[in-house]
Amino acid sequence: MNETRVPIHSDADIIAARHLGRKLAEQVGFSGSELTVIATAISEIARNIVEYARSGEVVLRPMNQGSRRGILVVAKDRGPGIADVELAMQDGYSTSKGIGLGLPGARRLMDEFDIDSKVGKGTTITMKKWIA
Amino acid sequence: MKIKGPTVLVSNESTSALLTELVAHLRQNRTQLREEWARRITESQLLTAMTKEEIFAEATSVYDNYVAVLETGAVEALQAYARDLSERIIPRGVETHEVVGIVLLLRDVLARSLFKKYQSDFALLNRVLDAYEPAANRIANTVAVGFVQERERIIRQQQEAIRELSTPVLQVRERLLILPIIGVIDPQRARQVTEQLLRGIRSNRAKVVVIDITGVPAVDATVANHLVQTVDASRLMGATVIVTGLSAEIAQTLVTIGVDLSKMKTIGDLQGGIEEAERLLGYKVILEATETQGAAKPPTTV
Amino acid sequence: MRVPILKQGDYLIASIQSALTDADLVQLRDDLAEMAGRYRARGIIIDVTALDVMDSFAVRTLRAITHILRMRGARTVIVGIQPEVAFAMVQLGLTLGDTMTALDLEEGLALLNRRREPR
Repeated sequence: MNETRVPIHSDADIIAARHLGRKLAEQVGFSGSELTVIATAISEIARNIVEYARSGEVVLRPMNQGSRRGILVVAKDRGPGIADVELAMQDGYSTSKGIGLGLPGARRLMDEFDIDSKVGKGTTITMKKWIA
Repeated sequence: MKIKGPTVLVSNESTSALLTELVAHLRQNRTQLREEWARRITESQLLTAMTKEEIFAEATSVYDNYVAVLETGAVEALQAYARDLSERIIPRGVETHEVVGIVLLLRDVLARSLFKKYQSDFALLNRVLDAYEPAANRIANTVAVGFVQERERIIRQQQEAIRELSTPVLQVRERLLILPIIGVIDPQRARQVTEQLLRGIRSNRAKVVVIDITGVPAVDATVANHLVQTVDASRLMGATVIVTGLSAEIAQTLVTIGVDLSKMKTIGDLQGGIEEAERLLGYKVILEATETQGAAKPPTTV
Repeated sequence: MRVPILKQGDYLIASIQSALTDADLVQLRDDLAEMAGRYRARGIIIDVTALDVMDSFAVRTLRAITHILRMRGARTVIVGIQPEVAFAMVQLGLTLGDTMTALDLEEGLALLNRRREPR
C-alpha cells in the first residue's frame, strides 16, 4: 500500500478522490460505516478545493504507528487561502453562493484535523482517522 | 493520477548483477535447498499443525516466491503472497513465531549455501552477502508483518461477529424492531449497535423502531449524542423511533445537555412503547364485552 | 450523467443510478423543476439507493429541490438512503430538514398517497 495522489480539477475528481479513499481505507482495515464516513470527509475537503481554489490535489496514505493503523488524507491547493480559519470552522459559516465550507463537518467525521492556510498562498488540510 | 511505483530493493548495478548471479545459483540448487529447509523446519518443531506433505507444498511456493523477490525486488507481490499464505495457515493454528521462524530458517539455509559457493574468494563473498542480506532481511520483515496484519484482521472480524451476536436487534412483529440497550456501552460498540439497527431497518423494512434504554445506568453527553444520532439516522431511513425507559431524571439530563426531545417519541416503559408502535403500524386491539356474560372477554390483537 | 426521470400518474420518480457529480445534481434539480411544472406533478420521489456517499452539497441540493418543487405544488420524498450513508450524514450533522424520507420506492409512494393534497 502506497501513497496515492489524486489531482482535483473538477467535480468529477471529487468522486475519484473519495472512491480511492474508500478503497485505501478498506485495505488499511476499516470496515462498515467508517468507510462511508471517510469517503464523505474526503468529499467535503475535495469539494473545498474545487469551489475555492479551482485546482489542487488530495493525497491518501496509510498510516502505521506501532499497533495502530489508520488513514491520512491531505488536501492541498494554491488557492486564495482562508483569511479567518476559526470563523470558517464555525458551523453554518458560508461565503459564496450560499454554499458553506464543509470543513466543520469533515472535522467532526475524522479523528484529527488540521488546517494550514495563508491568504494568497493556499491551503493544506490534513485529516487522520485511526482504526478503533 | 500518480501512484508510486513498486518498492524496489536494489539500487545499483553491481549489486543487481550479483543478485542475478546468486538467484541463478539458488534456482539451480532449488531442489536440495528446499529439502534442507523443510528438514530443518521439522527439526525445529515448527509448523507442527501441518503435515509433512503440506509443509513441503507450502515450502515450495515460499521458496520460489522468495527467490523471485530477490530477483525482481518487487515487494508488493511478496506482500500479497504473504497475506494469501497467512489467510491459509492461520486457520490451521500456525502462530507468529512459527512464521518468523521458518522465514529466518530459509534465509539461513540460503546464506549458508552462498557461503559454500563463494568461500574461496573472501572479497567476493562479502559483496555477495552485501547484496543478499538487505534483500533477505526485507523479505523476512515483509512476510512477518503481512502475517501479523492478516492475523489482526481476522481477530477483528471475529470480534465483530461476536459483538453482532451479542447485540440484539429483535424483530417481534412485521415492520417493528426493538432494540433493548443494556449496560454501559463503549463508543465502538455503540457504533456497531447503531450500524446493526440501521441494517436491520433495511432488511426488515421496519417502519417503527423501539429503543429501550431502561437498562442503561447513566446517560452522559456522549451517550445522549449517540442516541440522538441513532434516532436521526433511523428517521432518514423512513422509520419512526420510540424511545422507552426514559426516567424523569434521564429526561432532565438530556434536556440539560441540550437534546431536543421533541424529535423523538418518548414513552415511559417498553410495554407502552410496543403498544404505541403497534398503534402506529395499524394493529388494533379489540376489547369485546357482552352484557349476558357480564365480563369483558380478553383482548384480541388484530 | 443525467438521472432518468419517470412519470407515474401525477408523480415523478427520479432514479439515481450511480455517484453524481455536483453538475449532475444541479442538472437533476433543473430537470425536476421543469418536469414538475410541465406535468403538474403532485409528488416527486428521488431514489438515492445507489448513492454511497451523501455529502453537504448533495444534501443542500436535495433540500433545494424540495423547496423548489414545493413552490410548484409538489411534495418530495427521498427514498433509499443506505444505512452507512444515514449514519455518516448524522455524524456530519447534515439534516434533510422538512424533506420527507421513506425506506424505498414502495414506502415513498405510500407516503405520497397518504398525503395527497387538494390543489
